[in-house]
Amino acid sequence: MSSIPFFGPGEDPGTDFLTLLKHNGLDPFPNDLPGVIDAGHATTVLALRCGDGVVVAGDRRATAGHLISHRDMQKVFPADDYSAVAIAGAAGPAIQMVRVFQLQLEYYEKIEGKPLTLEGKANQLAEMLRGNLPQAMQGLAVVPIFAGYDKARATGRLFQFDVTGGRYEEQDYATSGSGSLHAGTVVKLGFQSDLSIEEALSLAVKALWHAADEDSATGGPDPIRGIYPVLSVITADGFRQLSDGESGEVFAAFREELNGGE
Amino acid sequence: MTMPGMYVSPEQLMQDRADYARKGISRGRSLAAVEYQGGVALVAENASSTLRKVSEIYDRIAFGGVGRYNEFDQLRIAGVRYAELKGYQYSREDVDARSLANQYAQMLGQIFTHEMKPMEVEIVVAEIDTEGSAELYRIQYDGTVADELHWCCIGGDSESVLERLAEGWTEDLDRDGAVRLAVNSLAGPDRTIGAEELEVAVLAVDNGRRCFQRLDDLETEALLAQ
Repeated sequence: MSSIPFFGPGEDPGTDFLTLLKHNGLDPFPNDLPGVIDAGHATTVLALRCGDGVVVAGDRRATAGHLISHRDMQKVFPADDYSAVAIAGAAGPAIQMVRVFQLQLEYYEKIEGKPLTLEGKANQLAEMLRGNLPQAMQGLAVVPIFAGYDKARATGRLFQFDVTGGRYEEQDYATSGSGSLHAGTVVKLGFQSDLSIEEALSLAVKALWHAADEDSATGGPDPIRGIYPVLSVITADGFRQLSDGESGEVFAAFREELNGGE
Repeated sequence: MTMPGMYVSPEQLMQDRADYARKGISRGRSLAAVEYQGGVALVAENASSTLRKVSEIYDRIAFGGVGRYNEFDQLRIAGVRYAELKGYQYSREDVDARSLANQYAQMLGQIFTHEMKPMEVEIVVAEIDTEGSAELYRIQYDGTVADELHWCCIGGDSESVLERLAEGWTEDLDRDGAVRLAVNSLAGPDRTIGAEELEVAVLAVDNGRRCFQRLDDLETEALLAQ
């Protein structure tokens, strides 16, 4: 990149960061790949609403075939101060999508002088998924969950997507990835409206544990290395990710419960 | 196309353009940037609360512009794009104010000599490092770029404002002190400027990744009253 990007009227790429990248010869989602590849996969993520906002959680394992490729992968990312995106699917394209999505939100905010609404952010992510469809057809599908605190409505909201860019707002919870069936069942059975943050975190931990228990591609808590699934909370105060230590404590409480020590 | 009998010497041409640009800029109010312990304060006289003169470019970089709004806003957007593209291609730490200031200088210089009319703008690019020390670049309508130490001022009445800044600046200024110095320097001895006539923003080292932060009218009013 050599000079400052300056556009005449009619050529201006506006608030879309992807268009700007393409104008400069950069394509973050190339769609002319020959053949089908089987790259590393990231697995179970989930989000559920609670009284004060939303809880977003994900395991830490990435797999390549039957091998574990990463034990401490991050699948839950802050999209901006009041929203998060959790990814399942092909790890490489998923991380790239999160990165471009984060940049897009900040880029829009700076160009326009105010952030997108939560709805606008969800639509933006759907648009990126639609752009990724050719890659998805070639084995690099990305299936994210988007969750955030909607300041205008003063409530947590969450959105599920499919590979085609379909966007579905969920009222209670959303899950994605290979362990999503098990995680989803556990959340479904334990869900109540207006859960406290602590209750929602316990439920998320329980769901992730059961997913890891049944699905080989989902990683459970790893107390030997001190690596625990990622737990994050988004409320009116913004996005906060719990440390491994805090996450470990929630798992320890769950262990007590499993052992019948109420 | 040549026009017979219409020879204008290059000196005259440049002089006319410079006069034209200066006239446009001098009609507007000034903007001051002041370094303090842990950041930079950018203060502009601006009656509008939506058409901004001071803005965020990148994590540690801010922009201030005076003159024609549509022109410096174009420059602001170009700067955001330049910074975001560079950060995407390389890393966030590779984005710096010096190269951005040079790009602005190239662009303004090019427009000054080649376009129908020069841009009637003057801009400042500010950056703080991880300790909060500031770099300030002032770029003029013709592409002249200068790096300024501790404080700088752009816009119509900049000479007298600069004198007042030089008089009042000390190394141990805090944020509020820097904003007060900037406001008093912009106002001069004979008038006061209310918070609703001001646009105040800071680059503060303790703001996390995105150092840029606006101060609303209430905060500004409170700190001016101290």
